[in-house]
Amino acid sequence: MTDLSQPAVQPAVQPAAQPAVQPTAGLDAQPGHSAANVPPPLWLLAELTYRCPLHCAFCYNPLDYTDHHRELSTAQWLDVLRDARALGAVQLGFSGGEPLVRDDLEVLVEEAHRLGFYTNLITSGVGLTEQRLGDLKAAGLDHIQLSFQDSTQELNDFLSSTRTFELKRRVAAALKRHGFPMVMNCVLHRYNLPHVDKIIEMALALGAEYLELANTQYYGWARENQAQLMPTREQLEEAEAVVARYRRTHDGRCKIFFVVPDYFETRPKRCMNGWGAVFLGVAPDGAALPCHAARGLPGLALPNVKDTPLREIWYRSDAFNRFRGLSWLKEPCRNCEEKEHDLGGCRCQAYLLTGDAANADPVCDKSPFHEHVVKVVQRAASASGTATMAAREQPILFRNDANSRRLAAAAREPGGGEHGA
Amino acid sequence: MNDSTRAESATEASTQSGSEAALPLTIAKPFRLQWEAAQNAHVLLYPEGMVKLNQSAGEILKRCDGTRGLDTLIAELEQAFNATGIGAEVRAFVADAHRRGWLE
Repeated sequence: MTDLSQPAVQPAVQPAAQPAVQPTAGLDAQPGHSAANVPPPLWLLAELTYRCPLHCAFCYNPLDYTDHHRELSTAQWLDVLRDARALGAVQLGFSGGEPLVRDDLEVLVEEAHRLGFYTNLITSGVGLTEQRLGDLKAAGLDHIQLSFQDSTQELNDFLSSTRTFELKRRVAAALKRHGFPMVMNCVLHRYNLPHVDKIIEMALALGAEYLELANTQYYGWARENQAQLMPTREQLEEAEAVVARYRRTHDGRCKIFFVVPDYFETRPKRCMNGWGAVFLGVAPDGAALPCHAARGLPGLALPNVKDTPLREIWYRSDAFNRFRGLSWLKEPCRNCEEKEHDLGGCRCQAYLLTGDAANADPVCDKSPFHEHVVKVVQRAASASGTATMAAREQPILFRNDANSRRLAAAAREPGGGEHGA
Repeated sequence: MNDSTRAESATEASTQSGSEAALPLTIAKPFRLQWEAAQNAHVLLYPEGMVKLNQSAGEILKRCDGTRGLDTLIAELEQAFNATGIGAEVRAFVADAHRRGWLE
């Protein structure tokens, strides 16, 4: 009891869509691990399925998700949960696709709760009936993150009273009745940034404890729709001002996160709190992911939980070691004084915008490719006045099976599947 | 939830030796405290997040189980760690924990 004057905690709260668990600097190395300096995973994201009733234009699932549709069985998922917990993971997200389309979700939640995970359900709300809410509560589910976005192909009516909107409102009320804490999540883009005040009012009215306003990250489907979704700097600044106003007046009731989009910054984010440092994702088919979007990186052989023990995947696989730590950094990161702060930024963004996943994240203005980012933002500004016309000329590509199969087939053609530079 | 009010009342309790110091301390929903062997630490879990606690914070919060008030908690800690004069620091931590919404 001598160190009460020291900070009691590591820096606390962060946005929910990012792996929210803190980096664990100062953790003792665990005896018996092959890589003595590697901390254990803390955050397991179980993507139970790619099936989803929604078709969001900003979905982060891989474009070719229809190529990976064979899902792990209940028994295989139970093994993943036990093995991840044994490694040290303590936060668990059930995600997808829509995890509620799996009818074994309650079984998985029950075992995860028994193992000591803090269990989070990340859902669109579609399929969250009174019956399932009761069963999930009984199984020990700790929290529900409910997304609000349009489920139809009419994105510009984002907040209009579509049937899904009403359904989500009913679900929000029901999950509060069942005593769940709620994170309300809303992905932001050009079409709904002007409605941020209404979105916040809705979160307050529905009793959300946390509101996560997540600006679109441009991977997967969002990357395909970047020209449509990219906001202007003015839109972002106005939305930030609205958020700041509500934080001043309503901070005690609802904690509001606003994740500033990378493209408008000059320094990258510390992606995933470090590659292979905190986050362990498992895709529906058992592929282990160092980041949500890692499936899109070429040349990264993702290990699979069906044939490789999770411990070996975390500590020994090439995929999880490829960008771990700092030794892989190239210039201008290698000798940069800020490298320990951002760890070179996002690998997916580096690949998509420079063609090499090992390059500096071009969001950084020290990157020789930063001009690519500036141009994307400039294009968004010049297109803002003619958004309606642009929408007509270049329709939004919705995330659905037909589009996925078409994109997957195109990527298999010689020279296909290349994006960015 | 009005954290600042709660924090003030916690501070008052610490300085007034009033009845509030005897009110039982309890971890607030949706937080959950548990020991994590892999991290060799107590952690405070909440929706999609975690706070790793140092030893002092862990020793205080694990006693906030609804069965004891602040004065009792301080007395217990002094006995458990064979220490005296830690009351002010514990009160400051508890006030901060109220402010962060960790305690009811």
